[in-house]
Amino acid sequence: MAAAPKRPFRWHIGVFLAPAVLVYTAIMILPLAGTLQLSLFRNINQSQVFVGLENFRMLFGDPNWSVNFWNALRNNVWFFIIHMLVQNPIGVLLAALLSSPRLRFSAFYRTAIFVPTILSFVIVGFAWKLILSPLWGVAPNLMDLVGLKSLFTPWLGKEQYALTTLSLISVWQFVGIPMMLIYAALLSIPDEVIEAAECDGITGMSQFWKIKLPLILPSIGIISILTFVGNFNAFDLIYTAQGALAGPNYSTDILGTFLYRAFFGFQLQVGDPNMGAAIATMMFLIILGGVCVYLFLVQTRLRRYQF
Amino acid sequence: MSTATRSLPRTIGAHAILLTYTAIALFPVVIVIVNSFKSRAAIFGAPLTPPTPKTFDLIGYTTVIGQGDFIHYFQNSLVVTVASLFFVLLFGAMAAFALSEYRFRGNSLMGLYLALGIMIPIRLATVAILQLMVASGLVNTLTALILVYTAQGLPLAVFILSEFMKQVSDDLKNAGRIDGLSEYTIFFRLVLPLVRPSMATVAVFTMIPIWNDLWFPLILAPSEETKTVTLGAQLFLGQFVTNWNAILAALSLAIMPVLILYVIFSRQLIRGITSGAVK
Repeated sequence: MAAAPKRPFRWHIGVFLAPAVLVYTAIMILPLAGTLQLSLFRNINQSQVFVGLENFRMLFGDPNWSVNFWNALRNNVWFFIIHMLVQNPIGVLLAALLSSPRLRFSAFYRTAIFVPTILSFVIVGFAWKLILSPLWGVAPNLMDLVGLKSLFTPWLGKEQYALTTLSLISVWQFVGIPMMLIYAALLSIPDEVIEAAECDGITGMSQFWKIKLPLILPSIGIISILTFVGNFNAFDLIYTAQGALAGPNYSTDILGTFLYRAFFGFQLQVGDPNMGAAIATMMFLIILGGVCVYLFLVQTRLRRYQF
Repeated sequence: MSTATRSLPRTIGAHAILLTYTAIALFPVVIVIVNSFKSRAAIFGAPLTPPTPKTFDLIGYTTVIGQGDFIHYFQNSLVVTVASLFFVLLFGAMAAFALSEYRFRGNSLMGLYLALGIMIPIRLATVAILQLMVASGLVNTLTALILVYTAQGLPLAVFILSEFMKQVSDDLKNAGRIDGLSEYTIFFRLVLPLVRPSMATVAVFTMIPIWNDLWFPLILAPSEETKTVTLGAQLFLGQFVTNWNAILAALSLAIMPVLILYVIFSRQLIRGITSGAVK
């Protein structure tokens, strides 16, 4: 492009960027930096004293903290694995079905399947707690209809099932997000590409696997990283369904609830902002690691298709 | 090859899967709403049947409505959500345009800086945010919530919108420049209308967490004046742990406004997504 060799200062770039950068820096980055800084300090005799990495040594090594920390981390990984294995494939499947041309009622399906996503954690947590409660009996009644009543147990109350149950509730709630993103990506595939595939005799399932799936890979990358970040920030659902103690016996404790307890205290333990900040810093590093993997390993290998 | 790309079994299969999933998605919502209209005995005796004239009972609703000010909470939520959404979309689109359109020193660094917020939950900064709001006298105002939610929504909005803005044809913008349009006019008149479908997607992703957030209303604006619907519902549920009529009614009251809003809004949203696809 033949631009003038010496351009005047382009004020409009600054004008476009300024509002977003200002709000974001003042309300998010500076407070966040303040929080990360807190993780290197400890409150001794009413004043903040710099202690280096001492808080982290306690978090990993001191049994008062480390048992809970590793437990929360393990649970969080399992929480994420369930989302990747259940939520995202279901989202892609639903989007693929919805995007097929001439499908009747697709607007109805789309609207209905997205409903749980718009509901608050407060509602979702409570509603499922009631449904799965043996007191009310909705779940056992339903299972009786298909003859599986003997399999019913109070899933949220059993250590070995509670975390998986909550993960599936979370999947139930958020499946609409991958569905919508993939759906939009599928619709943006130009007709010519599909017609060319049909001319070559590629239809149905093989058309999906060979033509559409490669074209929507960037969107699948995006939903994977969104899932990762969302899962390692998760807190609300566990908090509303199981309380801050993430019962039974910490079996549903994830990093978010662990952070909350450390930060604000619970029952007999007094809140410790500095240890909370240390946990927050660990969450930050885990998430940063995941995002780096995505940016450098995944995204650079995906070609961006421009139509 | 086979012309039966839309064969009957395939269509039936698709509908079967979609219907099953729709049932799974709606069942908990339906069962809560249906049972909220029943008497206590019927809630436990026959949870799966709709209310009959015999079991119909509004006791839950009268309990809940007698206790609080849902309409006021609803207004608060609406003000906060709409204002935050407006700022996120406007500021986000402007920043995304600057990042995707112009080459300048520090461009990718700025992009990375703004993208940081996608990975970091703003919640981690709560203590310092609270200090900031106390210092500026914004505690217990809706302004505090709007500021926080704007900051929270911006990173994802910039990230998604700049992906889409890269796809807007350069020829169009250059044609505008040759016609003497200013950069601002190009942005507001040429580019924004073209990325409207992706704005709808961003709007949904931004709106949902704001509307449903419990954390910041609880910490920054818990006063009666500024309570949001989510916080109000949470308090109701805490109060009526053993009163199932009231719990179900409170849940239904929390669900229904969102549901109605969503049904109205979703037409627009879906039209936006479908018309935006390059077809």
